[in-house]
Amino acid sequence: MNTVTPPRLRLESLAVWRRNALVWRRLMTASLLLHFGEPLLYLLGIGYGLGRFVGEIDGMPYFNFLASGFIAWSAMNVASMESMWSVYTRMVPQQTYEAILATPAEVDDIVIGELLWCGSKSLVSGSAILAVAAVLGAVNDWSALLVIPVIFLTGVCFAAPGLIVTATARAYEYFNFYMTLIMTPMFIMCGVFYPVSSLPGPVQSVVQLLPLTHAVDIIRPIVVGQPVMDLGWHLGVLALFGLVTTWIATVLFRRRLVK
Amino acid sequence: MTATPSDEVAAPVVVHCRDLCKKFGSMTAVADLSFDIQPSTCFGLLGPNGAGKTTTLRMLLGQSPRSGGILEVFGEDIDHGRRQIRQRTGVVPQADNLDPDFTVKENLSMYGSYFRLDPKVLNQRIPGLLEMVELLPRADDRISTLSGGMKRRLTLARALVNDPQLLVLDEPTTGLDPQARHMIWSLIHQMKRAGKTVLLTTHYMEEAERLCDELIVIDEGSLLAQGSPSELIRRYCESDVLEIRGAVGEIRIETLPEHWRTEKAGESLYIYADDAQALVDFSQNLADMVCLHRRAGLEDVFLRLTGRALRG
Repeated sequence: MNTVTPPRLRLESLAVWRRNALVWRRLMTASLLLHFGEPLLYLLGIGYGLGRFVGEIDGMPYFNFLASGFIAWSAMNVASMESMWSVYTRMVPQQTYEAILATPAEVDDIVIGELLWCGSKSLVSGSAILAVAAVLGAVNDWSALLVIPVIFLTGVCFAAPGLIVTATARAYEYFNFYMTLIMTPMFIMCGVFYPVSSLPGPVQSVVQLLPLTHAVDIIRPIVVGQPVMDLGWHLGVLALFGLVTTWIATVLFRRRLVK
Repeated sequence: MTATPSDEVAAPVVVHCRDLCKKFGSMTAVADLSFDIQPSTCFGLLGPNGAGKTTTLRMLLGQSPRSGGILEVFGEDIDHGRRQIRQRTGVVPQADNLDPDFTVKENLSMYGSYFRLDPKVLNQRIPGLLEMVELLPRADDRISTLSGGMKRRLTLARALVNDPQLLVLDEPTTGLDPQARHMIWSLIHQMKRAGKTVLLTTHYMEEAERLCDELIVIDEGSLLAQGSPSELIRRYCESDVLEIRGAVGEIRIETLPEHWRTEKAGESLYIYADDAQALVDFSQNLADMVCLHRRAGLEDVFLRLTGRALRG
């Protein structure tokens, strides 16, 4: 059981997903306010306020540039918070996983169920921002809806490293390191606020390795209706990143929960 | 019924464990533990804190990989069959882990979904389970509004949601008032009558004496004794006890009959003997002290086997 084999996919993971979905439905208003209201305020404030001075970037109004970047950022942010604070709460104070592990469900089902759930939560918040962006004129075409599966994928890809951090965490404070040292730099540098090409050369090469850059490079053109450059490459990097981190998270969770 | 190799087919043991070991690094939590649990019996696992009881239960559920030995439940090796085994097992864990995000009823249906039980079957089963633990009027209440005793009862109902053949109860009555404790006891009797096998850990010897058909006492991961409660009392203890409190320092132990066994604990002196009348007569002479004469029980056996030193 405590092996390094890849995670196994089983239907029990959907029961874990369903548990979280039912809890979320009950607390939906508060959750939406946090994951949707906050980016919305940023978007309106910075997008309109700063946008007036910036004008156009990459052939689109700054508001559109920022709104499409925010969808990618929100997917990352929501999945990360869920996979750290919420998963830790279920694992340690609530002992929910201990209860689940007395049933036929296994650690792998918990990990996969949580990943799917984090992706779903990203999907809700990203879609909400997409809807607002559309109402405010940042979206030109129905083809923007194709971004929804990408939002889900982005959420899953960022939930997996969050689970790695949670599997090794001893307290909530532990997550601040990850947020400050990993998430915030990506938020600032990976093309959410400005094109990566405006960074100095060496920094650009580093930023090109970060998953959020690839998520932005897929999500932005789909939202504003431009052709996606190098779609296969960006999807490949994201998928590879997600698969490797999911595998590591599964192994670490097996060690944490079954000992 | 005792299972000899020849009638194993007729009455297969529910749990079969031989030389079971568990090591955490250099620390040995369970050492060479061997026992069998017969179907439709209540089997007690007793021992002081840190003796290895919970570790043993966790191994039995496949929640903790063993370091060595044989461990089979329902005839299946725990490593290979743990999901099928857990499908047929109900667990009441030591610490409450009900889901605080759901109501009483939802806790049962959610738990049932982890077994992938048909929602229709669950909807039929849940009211009966809630009625059995007298929580039907609280079906739609949140977990945070329940008392400790109600939470335990709900946890017991939750353990029955998959109609298990084996029920694993880790200190099910710790911290409960006498009413709740008696209710849990009667439910355990009911389970046994329904043909379920019960594996119980407890620190209450009265509870073990009432409920267990057979029990083992372990300490520091090793088996100390095994048998029915009455067998253990006969084997490890004299029939009667005189408990004396007060200035017990004045009693000169060397003057007592040789076959009387004495034990001193703080301000108390315990005298164990098979001759009840002699103990009563002796107590008449101890005017200034509080004397209590009683039959020996499982607690006396337990203390004799595991000592009076406090555990971590």
